[in-house]
Amino acid sequence: MVFENVSFAGQTEGYLLVEDGIITGMQGTAISAPASARRLDASGLIALPGLVDLHTHLREPGREDAETIETGSRAAARGGWTAVHAMANTDPVADTAGVVEQVWSRGREVGLVDVFPVGAVTVGLKGERLSEMGAMADSRARVRAFSDDGKCVYDPVIMRRALEYVKSFDGVIIQHAQDLRLTEGSQMHEGEVSAELGLAGWPAVAEESIVARDVLLAGHVGSRVHLQHLSTAGSVDIVRWAKSRGIQVTAEATPHHLLLTHEEARTYDPLFKVNPPLRTAEDVEAVRAGLADGTIDIVATDHAPHASQDKDCEWAAASFGMLGLETAVGIVQQTMVDTGRMTWGQVALRMSHLPARIGRVEHVHGRRMAQGQPANVTLVDPASPWTVDAATLASRSRNTPYAGRVLPGRAVATFLRGKPTYLDPRFEGVFA
Amino acid sequence: MKHLLGTQDLSRDEAVLILDTASQMAATQEREIRKLPTLRGKTVVNLFFEDSTRTRISFEAAAKRLSADVINFSAKGSSVSKGESLKDTALTLQAMGADAVVIRHWASGAAYQLAHGGWLHGSVLNAGDGTHEHPTQALLDAFTMRKHLADSDGGGTDGKGLDGLRVAIVGDVLHSRVARSNMHLLTTLGASVALVAPPTLLPVGMDDWPVEVFHGLDAALDAQPVDAVMMLRVQRERMTGGGASFFPSPAEYTRMFGLDIQRMARLPDHGIVMHPGPMNRGLEISAEAADSARSVIVEQVANGVAVRMAALYLLLAGREGAS
Repeated sequence: MVFENVSFAGQTEGYLLVEDGIITGMQGTAISAPASARRLDASGLIALPGLVDLHTHLREPGREDAETIETGSRAAARGGWTAVHAMANTDPVADTAGVVEQVWSRGREVGLVDVFPVGAVTVGLKGERLSEMGAMADSRARVRAFSDDGKCVYDPVIMRRALEYVKSFDGVIIQHAQDLRLTEGSQMHEGEVSAELGLAGWPAVAEESIVARDVLLAGHVGSRVHLQHLSTAGSVDIVRWAKSRGIQVTAEATPHHLLLTHEEARTYDPLFKVNPPLRTAEDVEAVRAGLADGTIDIVATDHAPHASQDKDCEWAAASFGMLGLETAVGIVQQTMVDTGRMTWGQVALRMSHLPARIGRVEHVHGRRMAQGQPANVTLVDPASPWTVDAATLASRSRNTPYAGRVLPGRAVATFLRGKPTYLDPRFEGVFA
Repeated sequence: MKHLLGTQDLSRDEAVLILDTASQMAATQEREIRKLPTLRGKTVVNLFFEDSTRTRISFEAAAKRLSADVINFSAKGSSVSKGESLKDTALTLQAMGADAVVIRHWASGAAYQLAHGGWLHGSVLNAGDGTHEHPTQALLDAFTMRKHLADSDGGGTDGKGLDGLRVAIVGDVLHSRVARSNMHLLTTLGASVALVAPPTLLPVGMDDWPVEVFHGLDAALDAQPVDAVMMLRVQRERMTGGGASFFPSPAEYTRMFGLDIQRMARLPDHGIVMHPGPMNRGLEISAEAADSARSVIVEQVANGVAVRMAALYLLLAGREGAS
């Protein structure tokens, strides 16, 4: 297959030859290929290395009414992702080798995206005893990333031990930073909107105090820590400070924390209920600045499907979380690229290379686009504004907060080891 | 007005219209036959997801005196999943043809969702949602204040607001829908509001609220004359139990924020004492203060029926004024 006139990460333009799932040619001038080769005219499209999400909820096993590995994989492919890290808060919890192998092998069966299971840090996500992380690391799923996501590893001793323990297999602890006591019953960002609406506040300090504690702990024991969904200006400052001290900390921003603010709660529509909550416009600006200057390493979706009854209810009764896989590229383009804060090359860094490296899957994903590398490629059309329609998403759930919004661009084709996993209808002729 | 969801969005004209209408309703309640035919054929549903016998019977009396058919629907505990019942109940009420739904709910925003969820077409009247708003309570409080404090010229209260009055709201502002609704309405009607509470019981993010804040009842009484003091209920078990630690002990709260005879004596001669009920005698208010001549607490209850009649009338029978 030949990609013609493609723009590599928005920089040089040229041709890409893919044979047997491997990039076998990449050059500025026309490539000679067998006459039988498929030719895809990629004029005007940006080619990115296949995107890697470090933070996805696939809900299987346990909540197949909200998402399955199959529907979540389809949503991922449609969003331009070639790999996702599936969070451990399933039922049963992914805290044993058996469960992570089940998720891993089901991902391979579906084959639309590489599913890398994230193992739980503690048994049952209870925060009390370490799970058998070594067994998960040694399993066929080869787990390197561990998280109690959805819950914070709150006990500082457990957190310290986890950080130390995973060093033996070069693992990383991925922390959902949330002080549990400061957020009992919390519903939304604590500030002027929560005061007015009478919704219990989720204060910024509840995130920042755990971020501060954990970068100090990681520095103390010399381990890697990855901080999920930074949402406050204070968290960005603390991570910036920690990096300046040489602490091995990485951090992520979600698309929704790059775009939406707590003002959305005024409609009491639980589609905007998320954890950590949507914050102030100043926080959004700080997260964007942190992502632009590299304090925040990556964009990760925190794709969190929920069955409709868990969102079509009172705000306080609703589940936290929102869909993200299919809208992430458009939101990153809108908030970071079209604003001139990031190039498409930096998008490749923050949505492919670095998440693959943090998750220790960089041997197969987030590779440079070059001869001999696996053909994991995402084509983005940055000039195809589209209106988000919840009814047409590939996810099994419908809880997108962006319905009705116009996003400036999107992924139009995704290739996993050369195989198309999503194709916009415009390419149907090529693969007919 | 299609719905009455809160006082924040009420204009002064709308608020005064409700109060004037309530005056007319109150006058009808002194007649031998108190029942009016105004809402004959209309169905009013009292939808209560939270126990509140007082508020429910006040709305029930109001609707019945306007000849509406009243259905009481207690949804508390009727659903294991807290969420499903609001939507499904709304669809049920719509199918039954409710003209107005009076909703009391433990979740902030439930009345707004009921009005804007596309589930039913009737009017929604918020009878208290979580820690957000309780507009008819604020309206009955304003009605009571206007009657006592805004008729110094003897020319009646119609058309008047509460201009120039100073009202102290004392207690758990953080969790109080009564405080929020009163703050908005009193400000709209021209009164100034002092919130009196320990810092633990005031919300973060209230810097822009149009209020003065005091951290002791004495300080509030010292600052300027208080025309009306409104004591909020303190939920004893919620305040000091379970590690909540909003204040050290009920005794300390009473010392700093309780209304007793001595503090009450520092009100101006015309000053009144209010409480939305139910009271904790001996905690936020002493029995002597509650039962004193300045106390209008029982009158608030009576005025509640007139104000709720006015609200139902204006939502369901149009704006042309009570006859």
